[in-house]
Amino acid sequence: MSENLESHSGPLAVELHGISKSFPGVIANYSIELMVRPGTIHAIVGENGAGKSTLMKTLYGMHQPDDGTITVNGHAVQFKTPTEAIAAGIGMVHQHFMLADNLTIIENIILGAEPTDNRGRINFGAARERIEVLMASLGATFDPGTNVSELGVGQRQRVEILKVLYRGAKILILDEPTAVLVPQEVEELFETLKRLVLDGSTVIFISHKLDEVLTYCDEITVMRQGTTVAHTTPAQVDRRTLAQLMVGSDLPDPSGRETKVGEDIRLQVLGLNVASEIPGAKLSLRDININVHSGEIVGIAGVEGNGQFELCEAILGLRPKLSGTISVGGSELSGSDTRTRREMGLSYIAFDRHREGLLLDSPLWENTFLGREENATLTVGPFIKNRSIEADSRVIIERFGVLTPSEQVPAFALSGGNQQKLVVGREMASDPKILLAAHPTRGVDVGAQSAIWDELRSARDRGLAVLLISADLEELIGLSDRILVMFDGQITADLDPNTATPEMLGTYMTGGEIVSPL
Amino acid sequence: MKNQRLQRVLVTSASSLLAVFVALCICAVILLITGKDPIQAYSTLFGAAGDIKVLQGTLNRATPLMISAAAVAIGFKMNLFNIGVEGQMRVALLATAVAGAAIDLPAPLHILFCLVVAMATGAIWAAFAGWLKVKRGVNEVISTIMLNFVALSLVAWAFDSFFTADNAPGVLLVKTKELPPSAWFPDIVERRLNGMFFIAVLVLILFYVLVWKTKFGFQLRASGANPGAARVTGVNPKRMVMISMLMSGALAGLVGMRALLGDVHAYQNNLAEQQGFNGIAVALLGRNHPLGIFISALLFGYLGEASGRLQLEDIPKEITTIMTGIIVLAVVIINEAVKRWDDKRIQHKAALALATRVVAQ
Repeated sequence: MSENLESHSGPLAVELHGISKSFPGVIANYSIELMVRPGTIHAIVGENGAGKSTLMKTLYGMHQPDDGTITVNGHAVQFKTPTEAIAAGIGMVHQHFMLADNLTIIENIILGAEPTDNRGRINFGAARERIEVLMASLGATFDPGTNVSELGVGQRQRVEILKVLYRGAKILILDEPTAVLVPQEVEELFETLKRLVLDGSTVIFISHKLDEVLTYCDEITVMRQGTTVAHTTPAQVDRRTLAQLMVGSDLPDPSGRETKVGEDIRLQVLGLNVASEIPGAKLSLRDININVHSGEIVGIAGVEGNGQFELCEAILGLRPKLSGTISVGGSELSGSDTRTRREMGLSYIAFDRHREGLLLDSPLWENTFLGREENATLTVGPFIKNRSIEADSRVIIERFGVLTPSEQVPAFALSGGNQQKLVVGREMASDPKILLAAHPTRGVDVGAQSAIWDELRSARDRGLAVLLISADLEELIGLSDRILVMFDGQITADLDPNTATPEMLGTYMTGGEIVSPL
Repeated sequence: MKNQRLQRVLVTSASSLLAVFVALCICAVILLITGKDPIQAYSTLFGAAGDIKVLQGTLNRATPLMISAAAVAIGFKMNLFNIGVEGQMRVALLATAVAGAAIDLPAPLHILFCLVVAMATGAIWAAFAGWLKVKRGVNEVISTIMLNFVALSLVAWAFDSFFTADNAPGVLLVKTKELPPSAWFPDIVERRLNGMFFIAVLVLILFYVLVWKTKFGFQLRASGANPGAARVTGVNPKRMVMISMLMSGALAGLVGMRALLGDVHAYQNNLAEQQGFNGIAVALLGRNHPLGIFISALLFGYLGEASGRLQLEDIPKEITTIMTGIIVLAVVIINEAVKRWDDKRIQHKAALALATRVVAQ
């Protein structure tokens, strides 16, 4: 399964040969071989941490390789900066949009590359003309005078692509472009990309989602542990083989479920309504009803921003509710503050470990202590027991396999997967009764992912009630005993994971067919 | 892995020392430009260190600086920048001078009464800024600066209108009614070193214990390090803002007490002037750590005390003021540069340690 692809005429759009790149202590890339034919959508697949992003940064001139050669359209190149890569016709669409909300589409696109007349004024007419031509070629229909703040996620991505095309890119790198899109938007994106390719552009598409790669891409290069391990086409592989190439062995399997759901309701949400932070806007949460039993994982599927965050905050007492009740183990929580709720056995893996999970500049032992100040073994009266806290931190680090030289290093020095394991470890260390787990394995490598899954599963088997919020549909289907779908602040479906498919979830998540909740 | 901690201490101290060194170099250039001999100037300035009287004066001058730096640092620990120490101190000074002179108590109680009044009024003045931030989201930098002007004007007006005492004949300086001797804080060395020095050291020790050894201090630091993370664990950020503002204000109230209870024994217009502002510089150089604050306060105190000698050599003593300013600038710049370098170093070291461990397995 490799270099036996049909021979091609003319130079390759991109050819990387023997590329290596190491950072102190980490070899990010070594002996990379990549051949991208012009006029194709070329997928680069690999797990998180396989070195895809490092490789694309090398190609885009964000850093220089230690070794190896880069050839673009038949010419050997050495990019010192992204500007040089752009001049050579390479454009990068980043995963996180870099758009100014308060500017129009035109202004965003020309920002930094403004066409000016001889007196230095911006020639908006010329810009608009060119953008409209580009938009027609993409099949985009919005008015370029619109403010970016009014655009949806899919449209914003289209603007990012336009930005790159406007600068004359013929080779586009898209870094996990579908991570933020719902299935229907993904389809639209690929229609756009197909048009680009027909016009003679080349697309390099970074992803770890096998289905879309197999459906939409022309060629596939697989990366594992810092190097390219295979070059193939969708016709030559099936999903399973591709997955095994990526992981190097059998896929970590989220399933393996035997129902051990208990009788008692640990967490009950009844008729919960929560107002929006914007005055006059519609409710953030409407008539939410959820029961989580002991030993049960209830999954919440949904596109981010449909009320999952507000739900967690309401349960934790961080956000006021309009009406409804939230009870833990039968006792109603109204009037108790967040700290009290935590003492009652509520634990929370926050949505964003950097924003709400960790003290990045503080040592790990302070991080594992955070939120556990009432723990009797770690404190005496108003004082903290540093030695006990450090020892406790070492236990958590050991038990959850956090790779770190010691508990004294600051949290920012750890890799994302290890940071997440630390957060999960801290939240599990207090032996919670209920765990709110928001994206527990987002942005972590395969090893950390299966470790976290194992922890969740064994805690569930010991009777923990888990509310699992995730964007990873396979994780939801694999771990949950029941899947609820949230859309627009409501629960729109209650599904059995044994019969649910990612496609079904996708439909419900985008507001398709609504069945009566619960 | 204790050396990890030791390294942090070393790196932190080294960057502050570097800042002082850079400031000395820049001042040397300034001296050269103005036609003075920097070597002569510095040998005069630091040659005074052997003089016991200069050292006593140094400790005396360092006393208010330690307290005001602690007031600033407790805010800094949760990313609150209380620039209003000067105003809070001024309000407390007048209130204490008036209240202390109005009653009669036995000596230790009278002093205690004065200290409590000072802390309470300082805290009340700081509470305005805290309240504005919690309730209305007003940035505390803006509100404390504004409240400084309000405090200065209000105190000057109230002093002139209501609280000036009749002067003894021949005395030009206007003061409030003098405090009875029972409210005077005793000197350690007559007219040179006041006992408030011990209060300042006590403040620094308590500051250390509170911030590094208690649950409250941990929550304070966590709120400063990442308010979002502290919030989801149930630390109420508004409550933390209010408490740290009140504590900062209470300490600010104490700043002027060496001058009031230990020296002048009455309020006058320029009493303890600038000591609230200077605390910001001391806290910055001392990296908000009690030990760092102690050493920095001694340095600033020494510069102030020894600067008089420069005039004997016909070198303007304002050079020490310039030096103070440059030290603050250098501290801010060098700290940031060193932090970036150190962060990278730690990251690389962690990565290296892990790589070797993985191989070893």
